[in-house]
Amino acid sequence: MAKRQKVLALYLKFPSLEAEVISWATFDGTGKKLHMTGDSDEPPYPTGLDALLDGWRLFQSSQAIPEYPGQEFRTSYLKHEFFFEKLEEGDF
Amino acid sequence: MAKLLTTEQMAEFASSGCLFFEELIDKETNKEFLDDIGHTSADKVDSMETYNKNIKATSSIPRIKAGSPLKNAYPVNSPLEKILKNEVVAGAIQSLVGSNPIVDHQALHLTFPTKFFKGANKRQMSQGNHQDSTIDPRSTFDIQVFYFPTEVTKEMGGTRYHPGTHLRIVNEFAIAKYQNILGQKSIVCKPGTIGIFHNGLWHGAGVNFSDEIRYMFKVRLQPTEKQELLWDPEKKYKPLPNRALYWTDENKEETINDILMQSYPWQEADTNRLDKINVVKFWRLLTGHKKMDVDYWLTRIENKLY
Repeated sequence: MAKRQKVLALYLKFPSLEAEVISWATFDGTGKKLHMTGDSDEPPYPTGLDALLDGWRLFQSSQAIPEYPGQEFRTSYLKHEFFFEKLEEGDF
Repeated sequence: MAKLLTTEQMAEFASSGCLFFEELIDKETNKEFLDDIGHTSADKVDSMETYNKNIKATSSIPRIKAGSPLKNAYPVNSPLEKILKNEVVAGAIQSLVGSNPIVDHQALHLTFPTKFFKGANKRQMSQGNHQDSTIDPRSTFDIQVFYFPTEVTKEMGGTRYHPGTHLRIVNEFAIAKYQNILGQKSIVCKPGTIGIFHNGLWHGAGVNFSDEIRYMFKVRLQPTEKQELLWDPEKKYKPLPNRALYWTDENKEETINDILMQSYPWQEADTNRLDKINVVKFWRLLTGHKKMDVDYWLTRIENKLY
């Protein structure tokens, strides 16, 4: 039996797993499903915590970085990023 | 005679970064455009490459050197000249980038149905989210005029876009990891629809699951003059006075300020406030009222006594 990784990236409304999901991406290393940009209008979970409750393991989250002096009002990328994984066993 | 945008439309553009004019171009001009590019049904097309090449070789769409004035860019009486001179299109262009804009670039985007990818053994994927060109921290802005000559149904995967993202400064495809963004929209429209995007608006092409080829013509225009009150040459616009915050009347009428202060579902709770501040700053530039404010966002932090 081989192991494959599934990755779920969630971007939340504020930097706590209780916060609502505002953006999401899924990458399925088992090859069972090909996810792509724009493939769903509804998030897979309402909050980050709901992903944990469904067995996703958090392995990375974004740090709080103080705004650079003089650039306090500059807006850019989505800030509150959380990466989760699930490992799946099977004959791939 | 160009029909300039209203202040409400300008406020909508300042807030969302886009405007749409559904079914604006008449059937005859749509047909002229499609005949000119040699449009045919997808089952008569052999390959994506050959079809693209033929359009480039035979259509009247001219090669336009970057930086050329829009005024003389398209052949007289050609479909694209008629489209860009339509009173609503010309008025929107004049309102946003002035009377003498220059052409940055143009492109005819074709999105092919599934059978072409199967035939070519290619994976049919949507285009990732991106902001066009490159990092652009200017206050000056360009517009992209989109023209949809045919109907775009949901299954045709029309351009996906994210209202309110235009003032976030990012580096082109560096936002492609956001596969889905709450509140994302995809263009579904009738033939002859025109869309106008701020150059910073996040967007991407969808997958075409229909049996027909999807077309979208776009031209990016740059201003050659200050983009201040271009839609209001008599300078009638006056900012509204301050209103009460939080402890407010329930039955207040919707004003320009409500259009400017729209929130979008994808905005973070904290950064949403900066997005609003940036819309106010943008509106200051567009109106020339350098001290105007909406809901005290800038006045509060400009009250510096030390």
